[in-house]
Amino acid sequence: MTTREISAPRPDAGLDDGHRGGFGAVLRAEWTKFRSVRGWVIGMIVAALLTMLFGVFVAANVSSACQTNGGPLKTGKACLPYIPHGPGGEVVTDSFSFARQSLTGNGTITARVRALTGEHANLSSGLAPAGSGAVPGLTAWAKAGIIVKQSTRQGSSYAAMMVTGSNGVRMQYNYTGDIAGMPGGAPAEHPRWLRLTRSGDTITGSESADGTHWTQVGEVKLTGLPLTVQAGMFATSPNYTVTQNSFGGSSNNVGPAQATGVFDHVSLTGSSPGTWTGTTIGGGGPAGFQPGSAASSAAFSRNGGTFTVTGSGDIAPLTPGPDAGLPTVTIEQSLAGAFVGLIAIVVVAAMFFTKEYRRGLIRTTLAATPRRGAVLAAKAVVIGAVAFAAGLAGAVVSITVGVPKEENQGQVLLTAPALTEVRVIIGTAAMLALMAVVAVALGAILRRSAAAITIAVVVVVMPVLISGLNIVPAGVGDWLLRLTPAAGLAIEQSIPRYSQVTTVVSPLRGYYPLSPYAGFAVLCLWTVAALALALITLRRRDA
Amino acid sequence: MSAAVQAQPAETLATAAARRASLRCALHAEWTKLRTVSGPAWLLLGVVALTIAVSAATVGATHCPQDLTCPVDTTKLSLTGVQLGQAVVAILAVLTISNEYGSGLIRTTLTAMPSRQSVLAAKAILLAALVLAAGAVAVFGSVLAGHLILPGHGFTAARGFQPVWLSYGPTLRACCGSVLYLGLIALMSLGVAAIVRDSAVSIGVVLALLYLFPIILGFVGNAHWQHRLERWAPTIAGLNIQATTGLHSLAISPWGGLGVLGIWAAAALAAGALTFRLRDA
Repeated sequence: MTTREISAPRPDAGLDDGHRGGFGAVLRAEWTKFRSVRGWVIGMIVAALLTMLFGVFVAANVSSACQTNGGPLKTGKACLPYIPHGPGGEVVTDSFSFARQSLTGNGTITARVRALTGEHANLSSGLAPAGSGAVPGLTAWAKAGIIVKQSTRQGSSYAAMMVTGSNGVRMQYNYTGDIAGMPGGAPAEHPRWLRLTRSGDTITGSESADGTHWTQVGEVKLTGLPLTVQAGMFATSPNYTVTQNSFGGSSNNVGPAQATGVFDHVSLTGSSPGTWTGTTIGGGGPAGFQPGSAASSAAFSRNGGTFTVTGSGDIAPLTPGPDAGLPTVTIEQSLAGAFVGLIAIVVVAAMFFTKEYRRGLIRTTLAATPRRGAVLAAKAVVIGAVAFAAGLAGAVVSITVGVPKEENQGQVLLTAPALTEVRVIIGTAAMLALMAVVAVALGAILRRSAAAITIAVVVVVMPVLISGLNIVPAGVGDWLLRLTPAAGLAIEQSIPRYSQVTTVVSPLRGYYPLSPYAGFAVLCLWTVAALALALITLRRRDA
Repeated sequence: MSAAVQAQPAETLATAAARRASLRCALHAEWTKLRTVSGPAWLLLGVVALTIAVSAATVGATHCPQDLTCPVDTTKLSLTGVQLGQAVVAILAVLTISNEYGSGLIRTTLTAMPSRQSVLAAKAILLAALVLAAGAVAVFGSVLAGHLILPGHGFTAARGFQPVWLSYGPTLRACCGSVLYLGLIALMSLGVAAIVRDSAVSIGVVLALLYLFPIILGFVGNAHWQHRLERWAPTIAGLNIQATTGLHSLAISPWGGLGVLGIWAAAALAAGALTFRLRDA
């Protein structure tokens, strides 16, 4: 907008002509345009306020009061059992049947899993209540094996070797760690020897098919392991879930399941021989299919050298989804207001370019700054920065005000580490900023606000709606969330996908098909593509 | 402006015949405006093409394997494209009025036709007629796609699925209702645009009305709020008209839901007419 610019008109050139001082002037010009239109400034403030308002509203209504077994209506944390936290601070499930002995100092526990069998609720005709008839069958992550655990306290650190329902032999530790052993079939046909060796803080897990040739599966360090730990056999099984393969989460039927491990050739070396004690950790005993079996609290039974352990539950991180057995809520669910903010931001961003055409200002702008690429870039920078600020304000307030509200509604709040929380907040703001840039580019391409705004909103909102509300089969919904700009929403995912827990992709419950940064990269690619197309059309066409 | 203001008392005293004549003139004028620019034709074509494309892609991607029971409302699935088609309808409806404000044409229009109610009524009638026509083609094409594709994907009569065709009562109701749904979305959008005037802000408000409630509903778990949203949100209640299975579990009946959208459209149009009449152009 300065005379220097006008007196030195340059042919059409992009950003790459090294005219940096010039770009600063263009940037200032665009910033002046933005801040001097009151409606746009108000629009961005409204975007931040709407994000907060709807975010907090959603957070305050993520669930309704709970009622347990016909008892009085309860609200808030009274609805929940004790929720353990793992050594890493994450919310975990820690429920299993445990046949244990104390192990002091270094030592080795060895056992042969002769059979792993299971039963689960009969879900063939809809959701069956517990105890109303079970059918034989194993869930994919039913597990039985040997474990060395800090104490019988829920959430204490551990390392375990196990045979699983359909994931072979695994070594798992401290809830989030999972190392695959040799892939194995049904253990009934292939009895599997498992061994854990403790040496100081280090636990080594090995497996063998015959008890003589051992293969090391993994070696993990459990920091702060006390001198005396609990070692023994365990069995547990997460809930049995029927997911209609083709139709997303809408048809998840969940029922209880239990796993039974039969062990022989059990040996525990390193400490004085004691007696085996049965403990159900976290109410993880048998699922109560047979009358009286739940009340008998028998975590295991022994017949000579053969131990039978039956349990239900899981030893794993608690994640959103049907396996948890508890209603969960993630921190990013309080960011639902970002969809409202997105619409307001996109409206302002598209107008930022289209209004120049409407009022003919574009001819003045391009006379002052003949480098059209610089004009486009300056507009993108200004609107991106403003949208980022609005989104950041909205996200910070949504999280700080909304998350405590979420926690008070009888749902397990799946907390995330502080760094993850920062990524979620900044990622939300960055996503809104990129969508604002896309809207500016669409405004430059289409020159029409209505079409530009509709496209920018629909490309984000429709994939979420279509896959989130299970309108289309899950596979199609997943691809929509991978390929469209809605993939960028993955940056809000706060709970990692663990391979050892069955999860269902649902943007409304916190799981996206792409990892956070991969999804964000897809949105970045869309932004670059939109800007490139805008640059081409700007240069080719008369203003 | 003064002409319009002074014309108000005269208009209220006008006979019914005069009002009809003024409406006929307004309709003719609006029709000329619509058909002499290329935008509306392209947008109507967009409604048809996008609706059918999304519907066909959705049914094309949906299979029901032999060993599974598929809890799918095949008619609703075949009409998925309406979810996107309504956005294009909204653009058309908003531009019908906001383009006149953008270009200043509105002052010419109101000078030539001081009866503001006639102008808005003519716009509403023409818009509704065009959207209903395009919507009928779009919905028919979508149902045809479902009718042709779904039986080959395991949704056969032998497995208990009703044919997706107009001979089946609930499907006929869903189709006719979806066409009416698009018409009501157009009228609601027109009302919003008459209040807001600016095309960008209008389309933002309309898109929020169309898409935010379903998203908020997806996040909200509170049963009371869920029930309220399902009963009173314009698109959630309105799209109940597409349901042909599980009607007893709907928060509001199909026609009742369309009625709720009708109330939204009527309220938006009434507010639009009022502000159109009270404010300077």
